[in-house]
Amino acid sequence: MTRIQKTFENLNGAKALNIFVTAGYPDAPTSLEILNSLPDAGADLIELGIPFTDPMADGPTIQNSSLVALENGMTLAGTLEILTQFRKTNNTTPVILMGYFNPIYAYGCEKFVTDAAEAGADGLIVVDLPPEEDAELRIPAQEVGLDFIKLITPTTIGTRLDKVLGNASGFLYYVSIAGVTGTKSADIGAVGAHIQDIKSKTLLPVAVGFGIKTPEDAKNMSQIADAVVVGSAIVENIDKNQGSNDLVATLKQQISALKSAI
Amino acid sequence: MTADKKILPNSLRSGPDENGHFGLYGGRYVAETLMPLILEVEQAWHAARDDQDFWDEFNDLATNYVGRPSPLYFAKATTAHYGGAKIYFKRDELNHTGAHKINHCLGQILVAKRMGKKRIIAETGAGQHGVATATVCALFDMPCTVFMGAEDVERQSPNVFRMKLLGAEVIPVTSGSGTLKDAMNEALRHWVANVEDTYYLIGTVAGPHPYPEMVRDFQSVIGKETKEQMREREECLPDTLVACIGGGSNAMGLFHPFLDDESVNMIGVEAGGFGVDTDKHAASLNGGSAGILHGMRSYFLQDSDGQIQEAHSISAGLDYPGIGPEHAFLHDIERVEYVSVTDDEALDAFKMLCKLEGIIPALEPSHAFAHVMKIAPTLPKDHIIVMNLCGRGDKDIFTVAEKLGEEI
Repeated sequence: MTRIQKTFENLNGAKALNIFVTAGYPDAPTSLEILNSLPDAGADLIELGIPFTDPMADGPTIQNSSLVALENGMTLAGTLEILTQFRKTNNTTPVILMGYFNPIYAYGCEKFVTDAAEAGADGLIVVDLPPEEDAELRIPAQEVGLDFIKLITPTTIGTRLDKVLGNASGFLYYVSIAGVTGTKSADIGAVGAHIQDIKSKTLLPVAVGFGIKTPEDAKNMSQIADAVVVGSAIVENIDKNQGSNDLVATLKQQISALKSAI
Repeated sequence: MTADKKILPNSLRSGPDENGHFGLYGGRYVAETLMPLILEVEQAWHAARDDQDFWDEFNDLATNYVGRPSPLYFAKATTAHYGGAKIYFKRDELNHTGAHKINHCLGQILVAKRMGKKRIIAETGAGQHGVATATVCALFDMPCTVFMGAEDVERQSPNVFRMKLLGAEVIPVTSGSGTLKDAMNEALRHWVANVEDTYYLIGTVAGPHPYPEMVRDFQSVIGKETKEQMREREECLPDTLVACIGGGSNAMGLFHPFLDDESVNMIGVEAGGFGVDTDKHAASLNGGSAGILHGMRSYFLQDSDGQIQEAHSISAGLDYPGIGPEHAFLHDIERVEYVSVTDDEALDAFKMLCKLEGIIPALEPSHAFAHVMKIAPTLPKDHIIVMNLCGRGDKDIFTVAEKLGEEI
């Protein structure tokens, strides 16, 4: 059983909290410190963002975190190194690498999936690889046991939904709004109806992300999904408190509040 | 103009395949939110392509609004000056709005109308595509929002004013490095958030399928006219075609109808900036590598970690760190030769063309002319070169004055 499967099984129907952070933000050592603190704070799964110069699906908060991480020397190899360090103290919390295809392509798909699996990754979310183009990475990833997590959006309907569900593994990531990360909030009624439709077609757990900021948002979404993802609100908090000795404590407070709300 | 219906399967003009691939390149590398919309654009475009009414409307506007066909001009003085090949200019700078961009703007807004879209967004670098988009939006009374890098808004203020006169809203983009690639990122982000009513009018043969194909087909009016005009004037095919390349729309428009004519050499001229061996250029094929950005696989300027690097060119219209995927394909199979010329060479060419022909060219085709200046003297007198003079230089006079140290 994979870490992702175990995590959902151990929750036994309780809802999972996925926390997104950008690798190397604000810098590599702080980023590792933050990562190490997430499971105790209440994160059931972690999405570790691979910084990229041109993050097309992200709003200003995550864009900025990517650029700062890159300026401070973060690379894809550096991201895997942070994960390797994290795995020295944690072998249970699933970590999903999330990013854009170009850095992975430059690294080499085969080499990347091998190194990512060895570093302790559990799955991949690649924003700009729709089913039409994903074979090049999905097949080698699934061969080494990495889940290939598909994005489903409000525009993924009808036969398109079946196409996206094919070859999905791990869990499904439901993008709750047509938009970029950290912007508007979702229409919970519409999301709920769509997720019901999805669940009638698959046994995979469904996580909902984009636009979930507060414990209240998280609570609402947890009623219609198996997991909620919080990203921009976390990165914003890191941004506000960087340099402060209370950074990790502040994040812990934020994440605990999110976790107890769901 | 109509669509090419009878292209043989082994033709170089048969691409892309059904998923939008030209060999390894092209495709649809976009977020899932955009995929259904991209598929809808493809469907609408293919339906339009097969509809004679669509082409009748396009042709009528191309003739009476844009001023097509553009002349094929024998540059007698230039030919005599270089003493070698016979040099012709395809005068696409005489189009309404002063460049070839109007060709694909007209085509795309007709597609957007067929799709029932209510508003248009576009990205622009130098502002030429922005002005052409604002123009067709004024013509069809559609709201227009143009994303432009904050730095370019500063550098190209006359074009910003033109767009505003034409009723467009210009949004300065400060994210990333605040240039053309960021304007395109921002336009894509905006599109994701407004998928219902908005059409994204992309300004070159780049982006996700079907844009490279669609923009090429609208621009190929340039090559089709050239072929016809050459037949009338010289009763033969040209020997060499030369065009500048940023994203590659004017070059693809000139080259595409000739791809299967084996005797025709084609040369794409990239912007070499300070030189392709420096880190300040915009030559994606000569100084970049294969990658994925803006919905396509192609060549990009990037570091070893796959991070996109800034482009540099004296010509804002060539200042893009990528290139259309069909060019990447034609480069790999060596059907088209891709060279580069530097800022300084382009500036010299700009001055020569003013002096020899009384034509103030845009800095973009000045790159093409710089290469013509190099090869013409080495070629025999019966060798025919056609260069695409794809834009006029009024917009560039401030940049050129600054380079020459003159105040205007």
